[in-house]
Amino acid sequence: MLYVVIIYLWTSILLYLLLGGADFGAGIIELFTSKANKIRTRKTLYEAIGPIWEANHMWLIIAIVILFVGFPTIYSTMSVNLHIPLTVMLWGIIARGTAFTFRHYDAVKDDMQDIYNPIFAYSSFITPFFLGIIAGSAVSGHIDPSASNFMDAYIFSWLHWFSISVGLFTVAICGFLAAVFLIGETDNDHDRIRFERKAKAFNIAAVVSGVLVFLSALADGIPLIDWVFGNAVGIIAITAATLSLILLWYLLYKGKKNILRVLAGFQVTMILLTTTYRHYPNIVVLKNGGYLSLIEHSGHEKTIEALAMALLIGSLFILPALFYLIYSFQKKKVDYVRE
Amino acid sequence: MDDFIAARSQMALSLGFHIIFSCIGMVMPFFMAVAHYYYLKTNNIVYKNITKAWSKGVAIFFATGAVSGTVLSFELGLLWPRFMVHAGPIFGMPFSLEGTAFFIEAIALGFFLYGWDRFNKWFHWVTGVVVGVSGLASGILVVAANAWMNSPSGFDFVDGQYLNVDPMKAMFNDAWFSQALHMCIAAFAATGFAVAGVHALMIIRKQNVYFHTKSFTIAAIFGCAAALLQPLSGDISAKDVAKRQPAKLAAMEAHFHTEKSAGLIVGGIPDEKNKKVDYGIKIPGLLSFMAHGDFSKEVTGLDQIKPEDHPPVAITHYAFQIMVGLGMTMMTIALLYFLALWKKKQWLQSDWLLKLFVAATPLGFIAVEAGWTVTEVGRQPWIIYNVMRTADAVTPMPGIGYSFYLFTAMYVSLGIIVTFMLYRQIKMVGKLYDLPSDTKH
Repeated sequence: MLYVVIIYLWTSILLYLLLGGADFGAGIIELFTSKANKIRTRKTLYEAIGPIWEANHMWLIIAIVILFVGFPTIYSTMSVNLHIPLTVMLWGIIARGTAFTFRHYDAVKDDMQDIYNPIFAYSSFITPFFLGIIAGSAVSGHIDPSASNFMDAYIFSWLHWFSISVGLFTVAICGFLAAVFLIGETDNDHDRIRFERKAKAFNIAAVVSGVLVFLSALADGIPLIDWVFGNAVGIIAITAATLSLILLWYLLYKGKKNILRVLAGFQVTMILLTTTYRHYPNIVVLKNGGYLSLIEHSGHEKTIEALAMALLIGSLFILPALFYLIYSFQKKKVDYVRE
Repeated sequence: MDDFIAARSQMALSLGFHIIFSCIGMVMPFFMAVAHYYYLKTNNIVYKNITKAWSKGVAIFFATGAVSGTVLSFELGLLWPRFMVHAGPIFGMPFSLEGTAFFIEAIALGFFLYGWDRFNKWFHWVTGVVVGVSGLASGILVVAANAWMNSPSGFDFVDGQYLNVDPMKAMFNDAWFSQALHMCIAAFAATGFAVAGVHALMIIRKQNVYFHTKSFTIAAIFGCAAALLQPLSGDISAKDVAKRQPAKLAAMEAHFHTEKSAGLIVGGIPDEKNKKVDYGIKIPGLLSFMAHGDFSKEVTGLDQIKPEDHPPVAITHYAFQIMVGLGMTMMTIALLYFLALWKKKQWLQSDWLLKLFVAATPLGFIAVEAGWTVTEVGRQPWIIYNVMRTADAVTPMPGIGYSFYLFTAMYVSLGIIVTFMLYRQIKMVGKLYDLPSDTKH
């Protein structure tokens, strides 16, 4: 049953990265859109994510609940030593969710929009940036539960080049996912070409920040190259991701939106697989070289059993409903455009 | 600011903020479902307008409730890591189920808000009901987790070790039913009175009277029915607390001395030093009756409880008085309203009854906050009753005061913006929904 829980944890992180990531990315794209095109982008964005944005962010809740119920030591260690980036991420989540809703549901569209819009766009950047910092810090080996001074315990646990690079990389991936997704949501060539350009720009940004991640890992003495290339799964996944990237660039000109989306999702899945596979079952690397492991630091057996059952039963309800939600709003849009 | 106080204040603020939004988010869908049902059955456009107007409010409240709830799931660890490391696996069951319920709610809300004219009309109606049912389920589950802190079960506590964990037993602890019942009814009463009050004000101001009268009636009936039921659930809760947490009951009542046929103290200022209550009105025997259903039975006072285990008496006592007082006020208004519906139709046309509802707009939510204060402050100094002290659970990180100030600033500004947006929604009702049909009726 422990493996069921671990699979659910990994899958919710992946789905959060894909769906929540595209959702954040839409805001990041808005941030990097010229004034002239902002209103159009906003409209496309709202039509694309309006009905599903709340659901996209539920994966984070599922992941965090799995963590605190099933792996309480991991949850509380991260909560203590990564308190600051977690708090900043929370402010981002609050600011973003409310600004997105407020700007649409405010009955009067006036100057208040000038407050909601930048809050939405900037928090769309800040939230995944700090999510990346948190993920990077977890494996960086900078978390030191026995540190006696404030800086070592609560600041340098997350403030270092490696985690910042991972944060930038996460932002770039979110922007990339969103751009590829939005290509299929446009109803005219002008916007489609705009989002294709954005997709390329964020793809380049992802490659550049990816290199930055490797360089900072090297400088920091984090054996990232070994984690990624030191095993067959990592090499295969990275090769597959690279090959699909070439295919994706080629297909960008063909405008096959579904294949593009699948490819972009596939790449991100491969990246997450590579970066987590070698570590498994450890998800936090401590400063003293110790690990927090999903196997060793799991909760009581009965808890894991109950949690697995809750997740299995829960997904019987969630998954069909979620698929139907996404399917119907995608389908209805096609009908609408045809009319 | 002391870190421990800061952590408690931040938690109290976050919960106090979230509770309002989650109450509205779980109750309003039922009001909407009723209005929506009338629209589908009668084709009267005003009911469609009411449903749409309310759904915009719900979207705002749901989003704010969802993000503040997300924050809470992290704050448990950020502020109380030493609590979560032990409690997470024990009381996590309701949270895992709540994840599902909340997810379903978000999906159903997507269907409902964006589904007008897109789906079969009854499918669309059902998605609205699902929002309400899953919201209510979420509320019950979260309260069940809180109940576990008051009535820990599902494990053996041996030499500081938490052994033989049974998450199902922990979820169905002794307090879950009485607490969940009390909270759900409170949510209906508070939301019903708040919504009815706003619509009553608009009727008095003679703005879009037809629209606001229909809205008022739905909200008032729900709110008043809940306000009448609440004393019954309060009675169940009082007996339950007397059995499980005598210290909390004693603090609620500022009951310092153990005695037989104990009197109920109404109001008054507790003097913790001299162990007495000044200026209170004492009704003989009533506390014994409330706690044990017998006017002569003994009620444990604070003197039977070790001083280091005393909850703060004054806060708990005042909060309890406020909650009961407001509950009684709402019950009285509810009785008047049902009397008006049943026998005195002319009252419904008169301003005084509407003015009463306007005055009662915030009462339900003040009572909810007070009641929540009773249960949380009354549990102190324990975070897990009789097992772990709150002071032992707090994060080792210093400087929580700054975090508290920042969260306060954020929640205050959010509160202001939400109020401002609600004001705008209501002001715009005439333009957005009021159709010529309004004047014909």
